[in-house]
Amino acid sequence: MTNKILPIVFGAALGVAATAASAATLDDVKAKGFVQCGSNTGLAGFAAPDDKGEWTGIDVDVCRAIAAAIFDDPKAVKFTPLTAKERFTALQTGEVDVLVRNTTWTMSRDTTLGLNFAGVNYYDGQGFMVRKSLDVTSALELSGASVCVQTGTTTELNLTDYFKANGMDYKPVVFEKLEEVNAAYDANRCDVYTTDASGLYSIRLQLTNPGDHMVLPEIISKEPLGPVVRQGDDQWFNLVRWTLFAMINAEEMGVTMANVEEMKGSDNPNVKRLLGVDGKFGEAIGLSNDWAARIIKHVGNYGEVFDRNVGPNTPLGIARGVNALWSKGGLQYAPPIR
Amino acid sequence: MPNGSIAYVRKEEAPTLSPPITETGLVGWLRDNLFDSVGNTILTILGILFLAWAVPPVISWLFIDAVYVGDNRDACVVENAGACWAFVHAKFGQFMYGRYPLEERWRVDLTGVLLILGLAAAAIPQVPFKRLTMLFLLVVFPVLGFVLLTGGDVDLSWSFWLGFAGLGAVLLAIVFVVCLNAGLAPLGPVRDVGLGVLAIALILAIVSFDFGLRPVETQLWGGLLVTLVVAIVGIVASFPIGIVLALGRRSHLPVVRLVSVIFIEFWRGVPLITVLFMSSVMLPLFLPEGVNFDKLLRALIGVALFASAYMAEVVRGGLQAIPKGQYEAANAMGLSYWQGMGLIILPQALKLVIPGIVNTFIGLFKDTSLVLIIGLFDLLGIVTLNFSDSNWASPNTPATGFIFAAFVFWIFCFSMSRYSIYMEKRLHRGHAR
Repeated sequence: MTNKILPIVFGAALGVAATAASAATLDDVKAKGFVQCGSNTGLAGFAAPDDKGEWTGIDVDVCRAIAAAIFDDPKAVKFTPLTAKERFTALQTGEVDVLVRNTTWTMSRDTTLGLNFAGVNYYDGQGFMVRKSLDVTSALELSGASVCVQTGTTTELNLTDYFKANGMDYKPVVFEKLEEVNAAYDANRCDVYTTDASGLYSIRLQLTNPGDHMVLPEIISKEPLGPVVRQGDDQWFNLVRWTLFAMINAEEMGVTMANVEEMKGSDNPNVKRLLGVDGKFGEAIGLSNDWAARIIKHVGNYGEVFDRNVGPNTPLGIARGVNALWSKGGLQYAPPIR
Repeated sequence: MPNGSIAYVRKEEAPTLSPPITETGLVGWLRDNLFDSVGNTILTILGILFLAWAVPPVISWLFIDAVYVGDNRDACVVENAGACWAFVHAKFGQFMYGRYPLEERWRVDLTGVLLILGLAAAAIPQVPFKRLTMLFLLVVFPVLGFVLLTGGDVDLSWSFWLGFAGLGAVLLAIVFVVCLNAGLAPLGPVRDVGLGVLAIALILAIVSFDFGLRPVETQLWGGLLVTLVVAIVGIVASFPIGIVLALGRRSHLPVVRLVSVIFIEFWRGVPLITVLFMSSVMLPLFLPEGVNFDKLLRALIGVALFASAYMAEVVRGGLQAIPKGQYEAANAMGLSYWQGMGLIILPQALKLVIPGIVNTFIGLFKDTSLVLIIGLFDLLGIVTLNFSDSNWASPNTPATGFIFAAFVFWIFCFSMSRYSIYMEKRLHRGHAR
């Protein structure tokens, strides 16, 4: 593998035409030997560095799952940390192959940006956190409150809509960076902190007295977060989408990182098809037939990924809630592999 | 003359008394400086009260109540805990190198050692071989550093080499024709230009040679490494460009002056944050699909151009402070424009504006934090990034991280500031401050 920095500079200077990326992302990815994944510039539980500097989180694990499915190697992935504003440009211009950056699936994003959402890896929703000393038990009692919010996100729009719909006033206190919002709320510059519920839990950990704060029960928005790919490459779209579905199906069938090898000998026809013992489902998305087995072997099923990164035993301690499987009262549902 | 008989004349000198206790030593100093009037006494007492109120809590938060060892956040969330130094300890490697691969970090260390040796040799006046040192710092070290940090092995195609050879040949031909037309012997200039082209070819050959080092793309760089790379490249590039722009702005050639003015005013007129943001959001849209500028390269170019414009104005201030007589003296001695500038004007002008130059360098060093805008993690960026590690999230983690980053920045900026004062004193020739 060689560097590609200088030739572009000199190449441009000398008028040497650069080769344009073709539409077949999978071929490009196989040729270069890794998946270029757009990720977050730091969000607890979704994309954060561990002590060794390795990225961890449930978004990161989707990228690793894609790499595992293609290369049988969860490390064959390179992360491009993207800010909220750069993320779509980076995907549109081919700087990244897939964007897994806690990006909310909305109609306008899906239809006007030339991008497609491949699924939902986390059902989030906007919530409110307040000090317990405010004696507030519902978001409907927040009229007149000052609200800390990060600017340039759907969060800000949802906030406006919610207060308008309920005929309440509020004073917005807006910031560009999450850390600034945290500091402002902690310094009592506002009464209410609003962002996605997953974020509220991680922010609570950083407050001076985490026990003094509570997340209100109202969830005021639907924030389905999922991986995004460029429009017009159905093979790659299918691959990303079914990577996610394979992880959810694996949890439903009880296939885990630990038992994936022995489950290959299972009599359950669903498990056999998932793990590539029966049928040729991998070939249809341009992969080998044990693609799903590779994902589960290296990254685990959806439940394992959730528990490892944000679940009740992590410092974040987020309950499965709506992210439980459909069979357990949640929303995570994957079409069958048949 | 009668001797020893006049009673009112002293025969021996009066004994030298020590000054009153209230005028010397600690007491005298206190009386002179802190309690010499009612107003000052009140201010002193208020100041002492403020220090007594502010300092002990800071000290106890920073050191006494601080948590020094621990494997995760549990150590830092105890009751009344102070700074969470265990967090800095656990993340120290990342703060210095970013996500540069562990087993390759010796390359960064080696580059750093080479740089420190070169800088020390250049900065300490007593060390000989200044010319060789500068040659090492400005030519050898950048190539070595590039190869060590990135792994070298740049993919230069045959078409690139053909183009390069063609360009070199065209350049030589132009020099040859120009010399013939001007009636000069073409051999000397052609040889010089040829050597220049060969030197560039040699450098390109070195950076494209495979030394067997594992390539480390700039996405993995981070922390202090990125801060220093951006700052040093910015400083080294902006100084000469800035001088040329300053001279251009004072030139009598209208085109040169206009170009310089436009460049300077454009880059001074736009915020750095906008430049970086444009380079990461707009630039990719103009390039053909699949062509990506390296992000660090974008930042380097942006920062260098930006700093050059500021540097140009600082240098122009120095040029304007030199009396007209100096320019005329240079002309009268028959020196050419460049000789006069290089030997008479610039040495004086640059010496005058050392505080301004260092000011710009320090500003540039601190501005490197803005590269976070385009997803590069400089020291401050990587510290902030690690706040998102929920294993370390605690109320004191962000404050500790910021204090650590501030301390590292302070060390570098303060060193630059002290060295500039030392240089000012050393170059001080007759004009008392």
